[in-house]
Amino acid sequence: MTTTSAADAPAGTGLRGVGVGRRAVVGPVAQVRPAPDVAPDAPLLVDGAPATPAHVRTVVERAFADVAAGLRTQAEGASGTVRDVLAATAQMADDAALRGQVLTRVDGGEPPVAAIDGVVDTFAAMFEQAGGYLAERVTDLRSVRDRVVARVVGLPEPGVPHLAQPSVVVARDLAPADTAALDLTKVLAIVTELGGPTGHTAIIAGQLGLPCVVRVDGATTLADGTVVAVDAAAGTVTPDPDDAVRDAFERRRAADAALAQDTGPGATADGHAVALLANIGTAADAQRVGAGAEGVGLFRTEVLFLERTQAPTVDEQTDAYAAALRAVDGRKVVVRTLDAGADKPLAFATQPDEENPALGVRGYRLVRSHAELLDTQLAALARAQEATGSTPWVMAPMIATPDEARDFAARARAAGVATVGVMVEVPAAALRARDLLAEVDFVSIGTNDLAQYTMATDRLRGELADLLDVWQPAVLDLVATTARAGLEAGKPVGVCGESAADPLMALVLVGLGVTSLSMAAGALPAVRYAVRHHTRATCEAIAGAVLRARTAADARAAALALVDPDVAATLAL
Amino acid sequence: MAERTVAVASRVGLHARPAMLFTQAVAASGVPVTIARAGGAPVDAASILFVMSLGVPHGEEVTLTADGPDADRVLDELVTLLSTDLDASEADAAGGAS
Repeated sequence: MTTTSAADAPAGTGLRGVGVGRRAVVGPVAQVRPAPDVAPDAPLLVDGAPATPAHVRTVVERAFADVAAGLRTQAEGASGTVRDVLAATAQMADDAALRGQVLTRVDGGEPPVAAIDGVVDTFAAMFEQAGGYLAERVTDLRSVRDRVVARVVGLPEPGVPHLAQPSVVVARDLAPADTAALDLTKVLAIVTELGGPTGHTAIIAGQLGLPCVVRVDGATTLADGTVVAVDAAAGTVTPDPDDAVRDAFERRRAADAALAQDTGPGATADGHAVALLANIGTAADAQRVGAGAEGVGLFRTEVLFLERTQAPTVDEQTDAYAAALRAVDGRKVVVRTLDAGADKPLAFATQPDEENPALGVRGYRLVRSHAELLDTQLAALARAQEATGSTPWVMAPMIATPDEARDFAARARAAGVATVGVMVEVPAAALRARDLLAEVDFVSIGTNDLAQYTMATDRLRGELADLLDVWQPAVLDLVATTARAGLEAGKPVGVCGESAADPLMALVLVGLGVTSLSMAAGALPAVRYAVRHHTRATCEAIAGAVLRARTAADARAAALALVDPDVAATLAL
Repeated sequence: MAERTVAVASRVGLHARPAMLFTQAVAASGVPVTIARAGGAPVDAASILFVMSLGVPHGEEVTLTADGPDADRVLDELVTLLSTDLDASEADAAGGAS
C-alpha cells in the first residue's frame, strides 16, 4: 500500500499524518475513549458536597451492574473469540467478591476510586503472580476497572464505542483486541495518533480496504460527530470538508471503480506475466478475495492461534484451511506457517522473558521448543489438500539459514505438501538466497520485516517510519539480490510485504525480477493498472535507476521520473 | 457441612470458559460454595476472579464445600460439571464461529 509522509501532504486546514492505502472517505468521527484520568482520592460530589457513604455505595453498586450489563449486550452482538472475551469480562464486572470487597472499603469511608483501584490491584497482583494465561487477563480486569471508574465519576465509558452509523474511528492507538471489537460494517476509516504504516492497525485496515491515517497529531481532540474528510493517499484528516473536497473524493471513487473493472491476469505491457495475488488472514478474508486476484500469495495462519489459551486442534485447522482453499476455488494459495512471537505473542508458546522478542524465538524458530505446533499445522494442511483437491503451497517465516530451509522443506514434504518455500525477511536469508533456493521451490520476500531487520528499526516504533522505508537503498539491494538468485535458479520469487501494494514500488519489483506480488485485495486494481502500462524493459530501467540512488527519497524520485506521466496522474503517484 | 473432592477434567484446567461455566453454575445454585486446592485456603466458588486466581491445572483435585439442605445436591451437580471436559464446548464454539 502506498504510504505518504506528512511532509508530502498538501497544505490545508486539516490534520496530517501518514496515510496507509489510497482511498478517501468523508464521515463523522467516533472517538475510542481512553481510560479515565481521575485522582484516586477524589471524593464523590453531590451538588458540590461530598456524598454520604450510603450514597457512594449505591452509585458504585449501580456502576458495576451497568458495566456488566453493557458488556453482556456487547458480547451478545459479537462472535467467536471476541464474544468469549467480552462475556468473560462481563462476568468479572459481575463478580460478587470484587464488588463485595469494594463496597466494604466504601462503607469504611474510602473514596470510591481508591477503593476500586485497591481491590483491582489485589486481584491483578494475584493474576500476575500466577503468570501465563492469567497474567494476560489483567488487561480485561483493568478494562473493567476503567469502565466502572468512568461510570462512578460520570465520564463516558472507555473503549470502542457502539457505532450507530458508518463512522471514522479515531483513537490514540488501537490494540488488536480493540480492532476486533469494531463493528466493521460501520467503519469508514481508521485514524490514530500513534502507530506506524506497517503496524497492525494499518495492516488490518489495508486488509479490509479501509482508508487509514496513522501518526495524526491532535486526532483525539476531534469532537465526536465532527464530519471529517480522510484522505489516505495524502495522509490528511480535514474537519468539515467543503463540496469541492467531497466532489474530488467522489471522482476518485469513480476512477478506482473503473480500474477495478480490469480483472485480467497481471502482465506488463509487452505480456510478461506477473502474478497478482491477495494477502488474507482468515477463511472469511478468502471469501472476500474477488476475481481481481489470481490467488492468495500470503495466508497468515497465526490469526487462528492468537488470543487463545491453547493451539487449535488439527481438525479445527483442517476446516479453516479447507474453507480458505474452497473459497479461492482452485487458484493458487500460499500458506504461511505460524508466525508468532515478538509483536504477536501466544499464550501457549511465547517465552515471557525475552528481552528482544523480535530477535528471539519467533516464526519458524518456534520449532526448537514447540515442534508439535508446526507438525500439527502441516498435517492439517495436508488433510485440507486431500479434502479439497487443491494443492496449496506452504512457506515458513523467519528463516535465516539454508539448513533451516532444508529442515522445513523435509517436514513439509513428509507431511505431504509438494510445493515448499521460505520467507526472506532476515538479511542473512537475502544475502544467501541462492543457497536457500537450492533447498526449496520458491521464496517470498516479506518487505516489512526485511526493512525492520536491515535497518535495525522496530516496526512498532512509528516515529522511526523514515528508517523503515522500503525505498531505503540497503533494503532494495537485498530485494535485488534475492530476485537475482531466483532468476538464476529459475524459481519464483514473490513479494508479500506492504511494498507490493505501492504501484510505483511494484514496477521496481517487476524490474528486479520478482515474479508475483501479493497485497491487500483493495490495492490490486492500481497495481495491475501500473504494471499493464509499462513494458518489462521499462520496469528494468526503473529498477536500475532506483538501485543507483543514494537515499530513499532519491530512489522514489528516480522511479517516478521514468513512470508514464498518464499513469502517474491517474494514480496520483 | 457437605464436602466433595474432584479432579478437574478440562484440558486448560479451571481457566477461561471452564471457570466461567463453573462459577455461573455456583451462582445459579443460590448456595454458598467454597473451592480449595489441596492444602490451600478455600475461596468463594461463585467468584470467577477467585476461581481463576487459584490457577488449578488439568487433572488436579479440588475440594468443594457447602452447607444447608441443598448442599449435597448442589455439590453433586458441580462435581459432574468439573469432571466434564468443558473445553470441548469451547472448541465447538470457536469452530462454529470460524
